[in-house]
Amino acid sequence: MTAGLDPLRLTAREARRLLTDGEIAASELTKTYLDQIARVEGKVHAFISVTADNAAKYATEIDQEMGATRGALAGLPTAIKDNMVTESVTTTCGSKMLGNYQPVYTATAVRRIWGDHIVMLGKSNMDEFAMGSSTETSAFGPTHNPWDLGTVPGGSSGGSAAAVAAGEALWALGSDTGGSIRQPAALCGVVGMKPTYGAVSRYGLIAFASSLDQIGPLTRTVYDCALLLRRIVGRDPVDSTSVALPGEIELPTAERLDGLRFGIPAEYVAAGIEPGVLARFEATVALIEELGATCVEISLPHTEYALPAYYIIAPAEASANLARFDGVRYGYRSPHATDLTEMYEATRGEGFGPEVKRRIMIGTHALSSGYYDAYYGEAQRVRTLVRRDFDTAFAQVDLIVSPTSPTVAFGLGTRLADPLAMYQSDICTIPVNLAGLPAISIPCGLAGHLPVGFQLMGPAFSESRLLSAAHALEGAIGFSAVPTFTDSRAAAGGPGGTTAEERS
Amino acid sequence: MVRLQARASGVCEEDSRMIDQNDVRHVARLARLRLEPGEAERMTAELAKILEHIDKLSELDLSTVEPTAHVLAMTDVVRPDKPRPSLSRDEALRNAPSVSDDCFRVPRMQS
Repeated sequence: MTAGLDPLRLTAREARRLLTDGEIAASELTKTYLDQIARVEGKVHAFISVTADNAAKYATEIDQEMGATRGALAGLPTAIKDNMVTESVTTTCGSKMLGNYQPVYTATAVRRIWGDHIVMLGKSNMDEFAMGSSTETSAFGPTHNPWDLGTVPGGSSGGSAAAVAAGEALWALGSDTGGSIRQPAALCGVVGMKPTYGAVSRYGLIAFASSLDQIGPLTRTVYDCALLLRRIVGRDPVDSTSVALPGEIELPTAERLDGLRFGIPAEYVAAGIEPGVLARFEATVALIEELGATCVEISLPHTEYALPAYYIIAPAEASANLARFDGVRYGYRSPHATDLTEMYEATRGEGFGPEVKRRIMIGTHALSSGYYDAYYGEAQRVRTLVRRDFDTAFAQVDLIVSPTSPTVAFGLGTRLADPLAMYQSDICTIPVNLAGLPAISIPCGLAGHLPVGFQLMGPAFSESRLLSAAHALEGAIGFSAVPTFTDSRAAAGGPGGTTAEERS
Repeated sequence: MVRLQARASGVCEEDSRMIDQNDVRHVARLARLRLEPGEAERMTAELAKILEHIDKLSELDLSTVEPTAHVLAMTDVVRPDKPRPSLSRDEALRNAPSVSDDCFRVPRMQS
């Protein structure tokens, strides 16, 4: 490690200052992260592929050749979730199906930050096709939570979250369909934001559920989140669902919350939140009031229907999106077939893992003849009710807050056999995906030895307001703990901190 | 599930709350998904539990609610119909499992 640079604590804001002021070279900064990867990746497994040679070479080019032409994010070491295609860099989506896929183009969000001269350290681990809440469904093995190696990092962007928490990347891009940025951010003690649907181009993001998917940042601080988000947003001619934001994302400076009204949805707090998480949540709500804001209880009455509606809409869209993996144009092809239909069936049977198959089956069933109206049609109507709940709430309050996840990180393997228990992980994060709204998770302390996430949700295109409030709150929380890389499985009592002892 | 299936054009018996193994095999064929031995049994039980959870939606009266297909109020998005650069044949074929005469090669249609 370069003297004085602590990858567990360094922020992008500070790294950028050090680079701009010439106090460190881009090559030194990249080496700090590559050294940390060498040190802890064997325990954490945050990456599917580490592009160490390219990263070191590119950082040296930035130092030697760029000078005044350096982009806004030049030299900042970054992890990219492995469902964003990167030209000539293997992109697997966490699946055997794409185990050797070499994209011939690059996702717009990635191309934009490459244009700013970020340094890509590698492609981060994820649940297969982003279907999961623990990163355990990855075909390349699970990621371990740096706070407790016996627990999951959350998912599906668990590799991105763990990489940032473990100091293996300065920051990362993830994607969020039902909580896949915010829930792992919460479980790994980092910041994660899902922007408004349409704010970031989905071009080159391997599609899971197209009406829900959004790319967003995972970072150490709220300021860093704004710094990265403002470079990836904007209308993209090759994603017809992308839109121009009303204004540039502002870098947050607020330290107070005077005059703001926060809503606390009764339905979220009732939704089986474990005591340690609830205690941190309530302590954070008290801080909001100390910062000059008002907190009022609100109701989002259709919250309990969001999860079942999501588990129709997301699998239905996934079953259509994943029809393209047929062994013809790219990806895995089964050698065990003699005719075309057999080839399709064997390729998909062998190439997809159990959770992906389960969702394709649910989705195909829901869209099949005779069932479409009863399932997909109903779910889309429920989606309208969930949106209306938020519209009504945002007529009364500026922002809504909740725990991000009902629990802290759970033990590896403890929910894998029970899909419904796994799906409950996203109970607080799914509603905003259905409504297309932006939301951010920030660390609000520890329950036992594991981090707790605090979620702030806002109206469509309120990113700057959300970031500003999250920044003020982050300052008041003062979360400064770092991961310990210990493994509770080695100690008595097993993983999964459910104790209510709090520190921060 | 009873109400959902009652509306599902009589595809299922009204009292068969559970999806059965024949349904699972039918859906797997539609999805072009080969199930391994034992997988249909396991999947039947798992899908039944998930569908039972989803059936919670039948508590709601949705008869007057419009569906949401897309969250943003967007009208038709169009672009000028002009040719643009595209992938070369070589790039398009680069990841293909099997290529022959600059085409994707597949097994014969019928064995």
